[in-house]
Amino acid sequence: MEFPTDLKYTKNDEWVQVEGNIATVGITDYAQDQLSDIIFMEVTAEIGEELDKDATVAEVESVKAAAFIYMPVSGVIVETNAELHDTPEMINADPYGAAWMFKFEIANPVELDDLLDATAYEKYCQEREH
Amino acid sequence: MTEPLLYELSSPGRRALRLPEVDVPKVALPEGLIREDLPLPELSEIDVVRHFVRLSQLNYGVDTGYYPLGSCTMKYNPKVNEDIARLPGFTFTHPLQDPDTAQGNLALMYSLQEWLSEIGGFAAVSLQPAAGAHGELTGILIIRAYHKDRGDEKRTKILVPDSAHGTNPATTTMSGMEVIEIPSDERGNVDLASLRGHCDESVAGLMLTNPNTLGLFEEQVGEVIELIHGCGGLVYGDGANMNALLGVVRPGDLGFDVLQYNLHKTFSTPHGGGGPGSGPVGVAEHLVDFLPTPVVGVVEEGDEVLPPLYGFVRPKKSIGRVKCFHGHFGVAVKAYTYLRMLGKTGLREVADHSVLNANYLRVRMRDAYRIPYDRICMHEFVAEGRWEDAPDIHALDIAKRLMDYGFHPPTNYFPLIVREALMIEPTETESLETLDAFVEAMLEIAENARSDPELLKTAPHKTPFGRMDEVKAARELVLCCWPVERDAL
Amino acid sequence: MAYIPHTEADRRAMLAAIGLERMDDLYDAIPQEVRFPDLNLPEPISEMEITREMLTLSEANLEVQHVPCFLGAGAYNHFIPSIIDHILQRNEFYTAYTPYQPEISQGTLQAIFEYQSLMCNLTGMEVSNASHYDGATALAEAVILALNQHRGKRHKVLLSPTIHPHYRQVVRTYTQGMGLTIAGDESLDISSAMFAEMLDEETALVAVQYPDFLGRIEEFSSLGEAASKTEALFCVVVNPLALGLLKPPSEFGADIVVGDGQPLGIPLSYGGPYVGIFTTRQQYVRKMSGRLVGETVDSRGQRGYVLTLTPREQHIRRDKATSNICTNQGLMALATAVYLSIAGKQGLREVAELCYHKAHYAAEKIDALDHYSLWHRGPYFHEFVVACPRPVAEINDQLLEYDILGGYDLGQVYPTLADHMLIAVTEVINKEEINDLVDVLEEVAHD
Repeated sequence: MEFPTDLKYTKNDEWVQVEGNIATVGITDYAQDQLSDIIFMEVTAEIGEELDKDATVAEVESVKAAAFIYMPVSGVIVETNAELHDTPEMINADPYGAAWMFKFEIANPVELDDLLDATAYEKYCQEREH
Repeated sequence: MTEPLLYELSSPGRRALRLPEVDVPKVALPEGLIREDLPLPELSEIDVVRHFVRLSQLNYGVDTGYYPLGSCTMKYNPKVNEDIARLPGFTFTHPLQDPDTAQGNLALMYSLQEWLSEIGGFAAVSLQPAAGAHGELTGILIIRAYHKDRGDEKRTKILVPDSAHGTNPATTTMSGMEVIEIPSDERGNVDLASLRGHCDESVAGLMLTNPNTLGLFEEQVGEVIELIHGCGGLVYGDGANMNALLGVVRPGDLGFDVLQYNLHKTFSTPHGGGGPGSGPVGVAEHLVDFLPTPVVGVVEEGDEVLPPLYGFVRPKKSIGRVKCFHGHFGVAVKAYTYLRMLGKTGLREVADHSVLNANYLRVRMRDAYRIPYDRICMHEFVAEGRWEDAPDIHALDIAKRLMDYGFHPPTNYFPLIVREALMIEPTETESLETLDAFVEAMLEIAENARSDPELLKTAPHKTPFGRMDEVKAARELVLCCWPVERDAL
Repeated sequence: MAYIPHTEADRRAMLAAIGLERMDDLYDAIPQEVRFPDLNLPEPISEMEITREMLTLSEANLEVQHVPCFLGAGAYNHFIPSIIDHILQRNEFYTAYTPYQPEISQGTLQAIFEYQSLMCNLTGMEVSNASHYDGATALAEAVILALNQHRGKRHKVLLSPTIHPHYRQVVRTYTQGMGLTIAGDESLDISSAMFAEMLDEETALVAVQYPDFLGRIEEFSSLGEAASKTEALFCVVVNPLALGLLKPPSEFGADIVVGDGQPLGIPLSYGGPYVGIFTTRQQYVRKMSGRLVGETVDSRGQRGYVLTLTPREQHIRRDKATSNICTNQGLMALATAVYLSIAGKQGLREVAELCYHKAHYAAEKIDALDHYSLWHRGPYFHEFVVACPRPVAEINDQLLEYDILGGYDLGQVYPTLADHMLIAVTEVINKEEINDLVDVLEEVAHD
């Protein structure tokens, strides 16, 4: 199970990569493993849309489960990964790389402080596996 | 051993149904409105019979063997119910014919309403909802309407335990209210402290399944209901697990305000491969006016000579109609017949033996399977389908291997609060021999989990079909097919 | 004890294994004050006694095997081939549960796949679910699909006034917590041409019925186009038997086609159980509620069927599910599949034509009577509206004295149609019965 140290994480199993004031979001290795074979992915938010922290941005479905992807902090959507819609299996194969889901402009950088680092997130995952 | 599809058995020009020649003058068909092609299969009667008989032989039902699906109450479906529901006096009645000409049906519906009220401890019952989930929606809409009627617009939340069936939160969302999930405590009951923290004026009500989906009777049900009533909310009961309560305790007496019954679970009507069911709703006195319209009532009292005249009555503040016509009358006839035969003593025996059977299985399985809440259960209990020393084996594998023993597996992966859950409900119609055979199978599987895990992981071996590729089904959606000629176009 | 196999010895052995003395000890968790109520219910009776009792009860009804039935209004007395019930009574079909274990449920699963296919064949749509409770709840689910499709941004629904009144009531009940405006059915004068004008950016869905509640057939291409322009979903409520004859709604731009399958081999049964048909375009499949069966392959390479796209459903999505529906109408869907297999391409068309010609014969003869007239002159299928010289209730009472079950009193639903009767004629009615109806109508024209 991978927990890249250069990323930040949420308790909803999203990873966040911050470059300047743009954030890239996807779901973690732990999440894709829990969901197992992913068959569908759709970004429901629109480019240019301003969203608060925890607003729903996308949906993922596997054979057994459905999950929602939320804004880790507030911002404005600037780009979405169109390829994922056609090849959702990529999320299982490469959750941190090719399966990035959307990018947004961070509205309030202070909110980033609430995100978890790799160690904290890994611990959180272990707690859930009791 | 696959059975061909209807379209694969079809042959152009074949026909089965033959009707008399038209005995009136033919008139012109409306221009521009007639279809050019009707892409249906063409089969002879013997083809149709063999096709569906062969399909049925690929199925497993309660009449085939043991079917311990938790919270589904797969009890024996009495055959007399089937015959009676098929009496032409019932099946050949039109829902809109003058009520005066359907007094047999209306008397039956009225009595069933009364008996269900009596069994549940409620003031009135509607037979209109078509299934459990339908009854749930009805019940929650009734709660919503009650608050609005009193001018209380603030109540927008429904509290739902984390052990609840998925229909509970889904129903809440459909009714336009917000779901607040309440955790369970370490004994499997609703966490009182957490519940207390959420009880305020924004709570419309609580949805409670009792016994809960762990098969346990809520140990503090009185306090739970008092807390909700105390903040002005109402308590909705999911009556799916009523089999354990018949003649033992009435939800209405415990304080529930509204409850849906499942005729296809507790009251022996068959599951039909997924339906039709029936989900009547019972309500306390203060909710009677909100029931769906219409209910069956006495329109003219009877006397020593004449029976009462029954008809349809509209509750004064009804939430409206939830179904076309009157509900699943054909299913209600079966439940009525069952209740009439069992009578008051028969019902208590049902509860007693369903609870006895479940507890017997629990004590016989407890050494081989971890039972997280191991105390006297009601009509079902939940075991974990996993072992530390067999990390590759999951509840799914146990379920698949059970089929090799000729049993239907228990419910898997529900409730969500137990890992690798196996929810086991034997029902009262299973004998001691069957239960012992099931225990033997479960014990052998537990052993095989350690000694021969591959046997489980590749199970089932003895069924007509093996495990299905569900990923392929979801990724390459093939949801219907067409006659060959059309595909060729 | 009915259906309980335990002997006294069994009970004793089991209690001992559990470690209890008496059966009552199983209930210690139950509050004493309310335990073991004395239920006010009758004493038990035997199977022999109940059979007799229920026969008597059933005979306290007027049943349409003995009396020609001209009553339709959403439930129709059609011929039901005997094979259907024989299949429905196969124990492996009717005592099975929802097919969650596909390895031992291929009977149910393939039958549902075939049902889904047949519904698509009839309606011309691309996908069908495994059914809803009835036509009314199917229409309500269509509304919910449209709301979800528009992501909650549109709050208006237009319903034709000639959709079955119960269906429109059910839609209103279902959506009462959703902040919707439902319009279009306030008056019979609102036509589908007017609907096209009423569509706007707020409209999530527009729905019509075909043939409509009054029996009329209308072609909806222009409404279909108008709906498409405003991106409102276009829903058509159908009588599936009529589709044996009439153009399928796919040909005039329907996005969703719903209806009730009762006319396809399901007995009247005083209103239920019936089966709710729900079909739509492939692009909406993820927003469609209800069960879905898909084709796949098993571990041994055999073609098989399985419940699919289950994450749409309540048991996984929970509060985010689009609907709470848990059941389909399994056995009733099977009944329609068997009926359509028996009727087939030629048979269904023939049944539809028989209904059509017989209804037109009846209508013309009634129209020729002095005191009755046809209310509508355009095309209709097997139901038509007749203006009567007296209240419909009185005429129906008189008809009963002649052992005839008359049509529906439209005054109960449409104030402008008081004293108008909706008459249905199906293939089971013969010419003599129609002639008798006409004769009696003439006779009872005055008190």
